Amino acid sequence: MTINFGNPDRPNSYIGRTVPRPNARRLVEGRGRYVDDIVLPRMLHVAFVRSPHAHARILSVDTQEAAAVRGVRRIFTGTELAEHCTPWVAVLAHLKGLKSAPQHALAVDRVTWTGEAVVAVVADSRAAAEDGAALVEVEYDPLPVVTDIRTALDAATPLIHPDLGDNLTFRRLHEQGEVDTVFAEAHTVVEASFKTGRHTGVCLEPRSILADYNPAEGQMTVHHSTQAPHMMQSIIARHLDLPEGKVRVICGDVGGSYGIKVHVYPDEMATAAIAKAMGRPVKFIADRIESFTTDIHARDHEIDARIAIDGEGKILAIDVDDWTGIGPYSVYPRTSAIEGNQVVNLCGGPYDFAAYRARTTVVLQNKTPTCQYRAVGHPIAAAITEGLVDFAAEALGMDPVEIRRRNLIKDDAYPYTSPANMRFEGLSHHASLAKLLELMDYDGLRAEQAALREKGIYRGIGIASFIELTNPSPFMYGIGGARISAQDGCTVRMDPDGSVVAMSGVTEQGQGTEAMLAQVVAEAVGVPVGRVKVITGDTQTTPYGGGTWASRGAGIGGEAALQAGLALKESILTVAASMLQASAEGLDIVDGAVADKATGEARMPLEELGRIVYFRGDTLPKGLPRELVQTRHFITSDYPFAFTNGVQASYLEVDTETGFVKLLKHWCVEDCGRVINPQLVDEQIRGGIVQGIGGALYEECHYDEDGQLLNANMADYLVPMAAEMPDMVIGHVETPTKESVLGAKGAGEAGTAGAPAAVMNAINDALRPLGGRVTEMPFTPARILAALGTV
Amino acid sequence: MKAAAAGYIRANDLPHAISLLEQSRGEARILAGGQSLIASLNLRLAGETALIDINGVAELSGIELVGEQLRIGALTRHRELASSDLVARHVPAIAQAAPLIAHAAIRNRGTIGGSLAYADPAAELPACMLALDAQIVVRGPAGERRVRAGDFFVDLFTTDLAEDEMIVAVEVPVAVAGERQATMELARRSGDYALAGIVLVDRPSGVRAAFFGVGPTPILATGAMAAIDRGASPDEAAALLEGDLQPLDDVHAPAAVRLHLARVLLRRALAATRS
Repeated sequence: MTINFGNPDRPNSYIGRTVPRPNARRLVEGRGRYVDDIVLPRMLHVAFVRSPHAHARILSVDTQEAAAVRGVRRIFTGTELAEHCTPWVAVLAHLKGLKSAPQHALAVDRVTWTGEAVVAVVADSRAAAEDGAALVEVEYDPLPVVTDIRTALDAATPLIHPDLGDNLTFRRLHEQGEVDTVFAEAHTVVEASFKTGRHTGVCLEPRSILADYNPAEGQMTVHHSTQAPHMMQSIIARHLDLPEGKVRVICGDVGGSYGIKVHVYPDEMATAAIAKAMGRPVKFIADRIESFTTDIHARDHEIDARIAIDGEGKILAIDVDDWTGIGPYSVYPRTSAIEGNQVVNLCGGPYDFAAYRARTTVVLQNKTPTCQYRAVGHPIAAAITEGLVDFAAEALGMDPVEIRRRNLIKDDAYPYTSPANMRFEGLSHHASLAKLLELMDYDGLRAEQAALREKGIYRGIGIASFIELTNPSPFMYGIGGARISAQDGCTVRMDPDGSVVAMSGVTEQGQGTEAMLAQVVAEAVGVPVGRVKVITGDTQTTPYGGGTWASRGAGIGGEAALQAGLALKESILTVAASMLQASAEGLDIVDGAVADKATGEARMPLEELGRIVYFRGDTLPKGLPRELVQTRHFITSDYPFAFTNGVQASYLEVDTETGFVKLLKHWCVEDCGRVINPQLVDEQIRGGIVQGIGGALYEECHYDEDGQLLNANMADYLVPMAAEMPDMVIGHVETPTKESVLGAKGAGEAGTAGAPAAVMNAINDALRPLGGRVTEMPFTPARILAALGTV
Repeated sequence: MKAAAAGYIRANDLPHAISLLEQSRGEARILAGGQSLIASLNLRLAGETALIDINGVAELSGIELVGEQLRIGALTRHRELASSDLVARHVPAIAQAAPLIAHAAIRNRGTIGGSLAYADPAAELPACMLALDAQIVVRGPAGERRVRAGDFFVDLFTTDLAEDEMIVAVEVPVAVAGERQATMELARRSGDYALAGIVLVDRPSGVRAAFFGVGPTPILATGAMAAIDRGASPDEAAALLEGDLQPLDDVHAPAAVRLHLARVLLRRALAATRS
């Protein structure tokens, strides 16, 4: 079956419309059910003694005093817990040369970052567990600390894991074309160095897990705030020596995740192992300090890059040398090499050029481990690319828009393979740029900017084109050996009252996945959206799937839901045709009733069909199929990833006396293919932009040379706040993917991908008359004043 | 984290509060708005501290004009400072400072007495007291005494309060004819502690400029003040701040940036009071 998406008046036209989220009222009324809301009989709480050192040998652990605290039930050291949970090594076969060391749930003989869990104290309450934890005495012998990225591989730098032989965990060099020759002969070469600040995701709901092991059944039930329930099922089973079928992961409401909650965390594995060892439910809710020191960090990159252009501004070559520090371990199971790998894959992505060289060097450090966080690698690649393009335009005295017009891949050039060997099915850079310029009145803003400069007011306009990787196939993780599903499924069922239940393997973290699924299913089956109940986040009841990450929920999960819904509709119509003595081809389902397809006239409400099928099956012909449950799965196969594209613009004012930046307005035009729910997509873009602005202006994990995190609190780690955020205008160009009927690509990371580059370019545009330039994020007043030569 | 178990007692009136404080022998803390104290208890930074809740002590509330002084009770919430006509009319520096304090939820609970006793060097109100040459009214078992703001803030988070004393009110000289006041700060985000801030009290008899966020306590910029009184230009006065202030490096800004921002603020505040 196909759907005529071009006709907004078609029956049940929910796809493409803003439909209220079914869970919004529940969450706003405080009726959500997060892990910490769940209280089980005989439940215990765990608190962790964490390392105060960035690198030290554990000499002894004395738990005697702690064990005597009232309410403390049991204490586990690393050695004791290792008997209940096997260690892991986070590598992927397709990332050649990637290496890491075995990591335990609790540190066994050595700690490698401040905040690493060392001892678990289990008690009747979290407060009692903390009372006990405060009395555990751990004796450490401090070891030399590695913090700097660029010197991590020097011979004089101590090794974090001597068994690995060096501090290099991954290196990849990609080269296409005669890069050195092109640079040597180019009309103009522009070089720049960039830094992106190490930052983290800061979810409203911290990481949370409640593990409940029932020894009588050998059954482990884990209530988990996660993005990937089936992945966690597999991992908990493997490391706790349980059959996969005996592990059930339930993921209820999740208060934000942004990639933070798609990884394996040692303290969460410890919690599950303790529950199994003690045969009791055990809860762990990370507090804010634990979140800052143990949630994955990201984006700790230092880059030297250059671009070669001809006299007309045509890009000839890009050369990128990326260095990143990932902490002491590659994070399990997705690994910490992906971010650097993405930088290699994505630099130069929007542009048509031939010669490309990019190298990423991924090194170990004694800091919190880094891993995939919203828009993995994209904001870094976009900042490098768009920074270079703007500097190139400046060198030629060319307008930043004009140089992009001359270099963006033409809208009719697809399919197209980039010099990084990324394959693009269909993108719309020029149409998106044209729409952006119209939305923002680019010429008008330039005139305003020029007029204000006469008055000593320094405003800047920054443009950033970008590509975004969405709808990943098994080429992302599966081929590397990780049990992470790229396929996803949906089961759709019609109940006797004509209502529909949809169970999906993708998950809801607050972004509206369930609303998207509900409207897709409502349209596919032909029922009012309010009659669709969506169930996600339960490995025991939903089809097997990957969960929600890499912007795959709508593109993969949505298509599975669409196909399942269409299959259910077909089943319903088979029954209806028999009951109405009509041909199924001549019938349709409109607004919850079987209708005549040609006239739209209602023939029979679904309640009646349900009544007959479920209670008076005797009246239907023997052998008539009456399968009112249908399951479909979807996986992409033509392209490894569905790339999307977009372009952002930032308009801001720099107070050149203080170095403060005031964001005035922000625009984003992006192309995520079919837009299923315009409001949800726009809010995804806006939220993504805010996180991108966080990286550009505010967020940075500050470490001292001893590896101490200096700002692990909400007062000193600055997240972007509403008062400073600009008005954001969002526009769309729609180039549906042909891989699916739905045609949807991902939209969750586009905002984050392009915003830092747009802000950087805008600041530099503002500073240009004064001769300053910033390339080190976040762009604090101190860095802007330094660029101006003021301080 | 969860707060360590702590004792709690609600004081009925001022003598009761003083007597509880005396009995605690330094083991208890006064709970007013709790906006800093409760956070530090939850971080287990304050140890197992007992709390003496003074929120029911009526004589600690209220703002009144007493002669040439505005008397502000210790329990006065920041929100009340921001909305008080008396404050706006007689000590505009405080009226300008109040909306800059943190966020609305904190301003609804946080008190002036709490802010002064906590003595965060980056807080607005201690600097207001210093610039305005206010007196802090302090009471203990031995009775009441008045401490000039300049003597009250001793060091980082350290005041002249003895362990059995509490703040009951402040007495602020009201603005005289021709006096102009300005409170300004530069904070990364609305509600953050400022990278630097100034309270400028520009009296016909002489200028007083107190800075916050640029040293271990709020600091009176005596060198710059004297220069302004001598008729020096704002730029000349700003240049002297290097000798007046003691900014430190931290994660938010290097000391040199804070000093630079203080200079900008002095020029801007003078432009505001002398425009």
